[in-house]
Amino acid sequence: MAELLQIMVAVVAVGSLYALIALGYTMVYGILKFINFAHSDVFVLGAWVSLVLSVMIISALKLAPGSSPPLWIAPLVLIAAMVVCGLVGFAIERLAYKPLRKAPRLNVLITAIGVSLLLQNVGQLTGFAVAKDDDGKTIATVPFGPSPKRMPSLLPETAAPDPNLAKPLVLIQPVDVFIFVSAIVLMVGLQYLVFRTKFGAAMRAVSFNTETAALMGIRVDRVISVTFVTGAMLAAAAGFMYALKYPGLNQTAHETWVLLGLKAFVAAVVGGIGNVRGAVLGGFLIAFIEFMGMYCFSKYLDPVLHTNMGTNLRDVYVFAMLIFVLLVRPAGILGSQLKEKV
Amino acid sequence: MGENETILEVRDVSVRYGAIRAISNVSFSVKRGEILTLIGSNGAGKTTTLRAISGMVRCTGNVRFMDQEIAGTRPDVLVTRGLCHCPEGRGIFANMSVEENLNLGAFIRSDKHEIEKDKQRVFELFPRIKERLKQNAGTLSGGEQQMLAIGRALLARPKLLLLDEPSLGLAPQLVQTIFKIIREINAQGVSILLVEQNAHMALQVAHHAVVLEVGKVAMTGLASDLAKSDEVRKAYLGHG
Ligand SMILES: Nc1ncnc2c1ncn2[C@@H]1O[C@H](COP(=O)(O)OP(=O)(O)OP(=O)(O)O)[C@@H](O)[C@H]1O
Ligand SMILES: [Mg+2]
Repeated sequence: MAELLQIMVAVVAVGSLYALIALGYTMVYGILKFINFAHSDVFVLGAWVSLVLSVMIISALKLAPGSSPPLWIAPLVLIAAMVVCGLVGFAIERLAYKPLRKAPRLNVLITAIGVSLLLQNVGQLTGFAVAKDDDGKTIATVPFGPSPKRMPSLLPETAAPDPNLAKPLVLIQPVDVFIFVSAIVLMVGLQYLVFRTKFGAAMRAVSFNTETAALMGIRVDRVISVTFVTGAMLAAAAGFMYALKYPGLNQTAHETWVLLGLKAFVAAVVGGIGNVRGAVLGGFLIAFIEFMGMYCFSKYLDPVLHTNMGTNLRDVYVFAMLIFVLLVRPAGILGSQLKEKV
Repeated sequence: MGENETILEVRDVSVRYGAIRAISNVSFSVKRGEILTLIGSNGAGKTTTLRAISGMVRCTGNVRFMDQEIAGTRPDVLVTRGLCHCPEGRGIFANMSVEENLNLGAFIRSDKHEIEKDKQRVFELFPRIKERLKQNAGTLSGGEQQMLAIGRALLARPKLLLLDEPSLGLAPQLVQTIFKIIREINAQGVSILLVEQNAHMALQVAHHAVVLEVGKVAMTGLASDLAKSDEVRKAYLGHG
């Protein structure tokens, strides 16, 4: 029981990350009807920008060794990473996708792959130093360089439980709470934007029919631009949260990132691509399946390689789920079979 | 004809879709306060002409709206200047409620009070719309969707309204109603460029008419004169 509850804590935290990334995929698809393959790289950028900013701030503060950094750094870095990625998202849309507005879908798709490769590889360049430690050694660069780095911890950690006391039922780290709360705030904010504001109505109109939306006086290009920026900002938030939860960041082209982005994409598809609420549902569902799969099969060895079927096959559960959903509901759980998506 | 009497002037406008020449050298003008109807058989280029005027397709030639050259201007900009295009097939946002559709019609406006008044006017013209405000617009009947599309266009406070086949697919009873409303809207001071398959009705409500044949202007004149001409009677009114 306690074990299951502990798993649920992880599901909520990781599900929030998937959901935030999936929202960007789904919003761009809803409006432009293409998969923005560079989206997961914006998420990676968000993680790395968070790392660099945190290192810079902490080294500038010259904290006494061993003391934990002040709490205001976390929200500050979160917002800064969102702004940086929002700008990058804006630039990507303007420079790479906008010139192709009337081009065939395939061209745009290939361009997206190109942008993705560009971000992955530029991220690995050995950049110039932006922070040095007391010995004058470089501790952060822009771009981020080819080797993994460690995100400093910005939130306090719950002390390991005292073995003399009764074991707590579940251990909830501040980072999990922070992730969940920020993700909920962002997702509720997005729901409000899309379904309650005039601008959101314009977004849904563009998503339904670009031409008719223009006849309402809606500036379609601006709506598309804002959609991209919003998606990129949500991805940046997810990147920051990921870096807090899993501080060892791999270089930007590492396969772990590819897999993460892919799973978030699966979340968008499972929920019904183009559907904002579906992306949130898909995110949490994917995390649930992944962690439950790991839990249920953790006692078994697979017959071929004789490795643990839990952790080693975690991605398999996600993709099996994708196949299942696509068989039962080809348009995703909340996707409508008609052309009525947002 | 004085300049300020003409609200829209189309001169030598041509549109091609790749190798296909949809319309060539189309010229006509709409006077302020009138209804001009554009009739012609399927594929004659009526929709294309409207799309060229409202900036939805590229064209060559000149389009002047209220004494300003507008060829090549984006549709959303034209809406703010008072040129509204109610497209063929209605263009209802079926993923939204009736009310949200109406609100999108007033997208360019921020005068809440006046918008509310205009909405009431729309409800007077189309009482059915008012009963279905919360309903998903995609579930409206074809006729109701047409009413919604026209009502929505009115909320932008157009000076010139382009209507593309408003009677398409409606029962005869409703066709009468729609044409009556088109007249009412015109009487309230909106100039109208009306594209119609139903030449009989269109020639009754319009002041002037233009006949398009395979992308070219075949005839222009007073609607009442054209309704009497043998060519039009034969080709579009079904008389021998
Ligand atoms: N997007 C397009 N691509 C290629 N050809 C087109 C396109 N749109 C229209 N056409 C062609 O241009 C010509 C004029 O079409 P248009 O839609 O303007 O006719 P219409 O008079 O409105 O006909 P209808 O009464 O059937 O609506 C037709 O031959 C049509 O096939
Ligand atoms: Mg047509």
